[in-house]
Amino acid sequence: MTTNIPSTIELFKADSFVAPEAPAARLVLSNDTDPREHSLEGIAVVELQFPKFNDGRAFSQAFLLRRRLGFAGHIRATGDVLIDQLLQMQRSGFTQAVLRADQDTDHGRRLLGLYDDFYQGDAVDTKPHFASAD
Amino acid sequence: MYQYSDFDRQFVRQRAAQFRDQLERHLAGSLPDEDFKPLRLQNGWYIQRFAPMLRVAVPYGEISTAQLRMLAHIAREYDHKEDNDVSKANAGLAKVATLPDRNAHFTTRHNVQYNWIPLTRAADVMDLLASVNMHGIQTSGNCIRNISTDALAGIAVDEVADPRPFAEIMRQWSTLHHEFAFLPRKFKVAITGATEDRVASPWYDVGLRLVRNVDGELGMQVRVGGGMGRTPIIGTVIREFLPWQHLLNYLEAVIRVYNRYGRRDNSFKARIKILVKAEGQRFIDAVEAEFIEILEKDGAPHTITQAELDRVSAFFVQPDLRCDRKSADEKIAHVLKAAAEDDIEFGRWLQRNVKPHKNPDLRAVTLSFKRPGQSPGDATAEQLERAAELVDRFSAGEARITHEQNLLLPWVRCDHLPELWREARRLGLARPNIGLLTDMIVCPGGDFCDLANARSLPIAQALLERFNDLDEVYDLGDIDLNMSGCINSCGHHHAGHIGILGVDKDGQEWYQVTLGGSDGTRISGPATPGKVIGPSFAADEMVDVVEAILDTYRTERQSGETFIATVRRIGIEPFKAAANAVRTHTARPAAVSA
Repeated sequence: MTTNIPSTIELFKADSFVAPEAPAARLVLSNDTDPREHSLEGIAVVELQFPKFNDGRAFSQAFLLRRRLGFAGHIRATGDVLIDQLLQMQRSGFTQAVLRADQDTDHGRRLLGLYDDFYQGDAVDTKPHFASAD
Repeated sequence: MYQYSDFDRQFVRQRAAQFRDQLERHLAGSLPDEDFKPLRLQNGWYIQRFAPMLRVAVPYGEISTAQLRMLAHIAREYDHKEDNDVSKANAGLAKVATLPDRNAHFTTRHNVQYNWIPLTRAADVMDLLASVNMHGIQTSGNCIRNISTDALAGIAVDEVADPRPFAEIMRQWSTLHHEFAFLPRKFKVAITGATEDRVASPWYDVGLRLVRNVDGELGMQVRVGGGMGRTPIIGTVIREFLPWQHLLNYLEAVIRVYNRYGRRDNSFKARIKILVKAEGQRFIDAVEAEFIEILEKDGAPHTITQAELDRVSAFFVQPDLRCDRKSADEKIAHVLKAAAEDDIEFGRWLQRNVKPHKNPDLRAVTLSFKRPGQSPGDATAEQLERAAELVDRFSAGEARITHEQNLLLPWVRCDHLPELWREARRLGLARPNIGLLTDMIVCPGGDFCDLANARSLPIAQALLERFNDLDEVYDLGDIDLNMSGCINSCGHHHAGHIGILGVDKDGQEWYQVTLGGSDGTRISGPATPGKVIGPSFAADEMVDVVEAILDTYRTERQSGETFIATVRRIGIEPFKAAANAVRTHTARPAAVSA
């Protein structure tokens, strides 16, 4: 199991992405699955799916994995993954995004730097702005 | 009112920059319609019948004069019919030439809408709004929408506690929430701190009422799963008392359960009300279990501290205003005496448009935007600017947009009432009809809205003209007449004492009428949807139908009985019979005897 959670989401393209991990180290969860019902023993990557980019169930699944269960491996977004949702994914605990083939990866990277900070805590930076401000 | 910090200001500017980038990619062709749509919606940009519609957020309805003036500027400089190619649009039955532009519209959830700003100018408008700390964040889309509250929040005489600090805390928490931006459907939260529910909280996805427990501690009653639309449902109380410190933790639990289990296969069944109804106690149990995990396993990082509540509350201090009440009474009496010689308008205005205030030296005054010749809740650029002058002179620079689509001045000294009345009357904004028949709630309907089945504005206009006699409207007393152009219910027709719903049959406009609905205010009684009084009516029958209903009330009412009380006492049948009797096009052919 990876122990260092990268702070910036890694970007891949669906048409050229080859999963590096052994299949046995990967857990693929469908959107209607509760991550708490699966063993994460020996799992390096949990793959969560976006059947449509505006289906938000995987954001809650990622939160539960990262925060509630303390999963320290990769959480990978697959399916209809677009650059305009990367920031949200990163904040929800995703560390890898396999972008839809037509997406502009470089622009996606720039979009990750749009905001200085956010109001609410998230899966990575758990404190809300009001609790971290002076 | 809440003062934006550097953080808040920077955030809104960065949001405007993000939208500009998305819009530029869309206009350049690299962000297709389908992918852009949810992004523009979450910034308040719809595509309507003729042009885009922008919905600007006015969190909990509070607005400054700098903001009102910016809204006026945008109306004047950007809300231009001629900048859109209306010839290519599906006009439906709308008469394009008569539709207003250079205009802003107040909505039932105290936001502001424009109907004619071309998408190519959208990013410029967002920059202008950001310059006065305004935006369109989450005014549409399947996310947590703008939080609404009572226009009398913080000044009402019947208040347990001021809901605005909690509304602001929820605004911050819900803004660009990473996990909850793509819920199954839209999600609306309302909060009231008063004993009278003036926010229609039972009709919301989450309706919160500030209450005190037996130990005098402050908390909220939490209702979940209310909503209008094609399945009107009154929300279920799932918590009688939630300590205020846990407001965000509990909301997180409710919305996480909804995000995971709400239906996504059918948008008509995707609101949380359907989940609550289908699952009942299991939904409540799931929320409570999630709440406990947030507390015990996540460490509840969003627990609101006393320091945070104090920090936010400090922005909502009452302006230090006083007046000599004795001299105010004398002034008012003087005007009343003088006015009695020609008309009784000032007295009526005091009765209908002026509300008591926590500070006995002050009053809350509503400017009426319900008058013949303009659509309910519409304000021209000029009217917004003139209203802003009144707000500066008479209300410490702060106004509130109301659920009933008017503008309320929350800080009026009682010795200023005669002067304010004269000035407001000069602007045509002193119509003393607040809470009366002509203070109707109306959505933009089929004239503008692509979703609408029928127009609401021509019906509203016909009613405003027919019921232009104030004596008659006074005699009819308190009546909520609410009208929606389609079942999406933006005009809250389900909650109207008289509800009018536009429906479409064979490309023609028809109107279904309901009676006995309630938003949950004291006069209206417990929140409930109205009952349909038979088949739909044709557009040109509608004024006669409303008149027939009101005639029935005049005949049947007992002394001092309101319209809604009469409907409750005698049932809808007598009203239905009267309405059926004035049918022309929709009359059934006389039965042929065998």
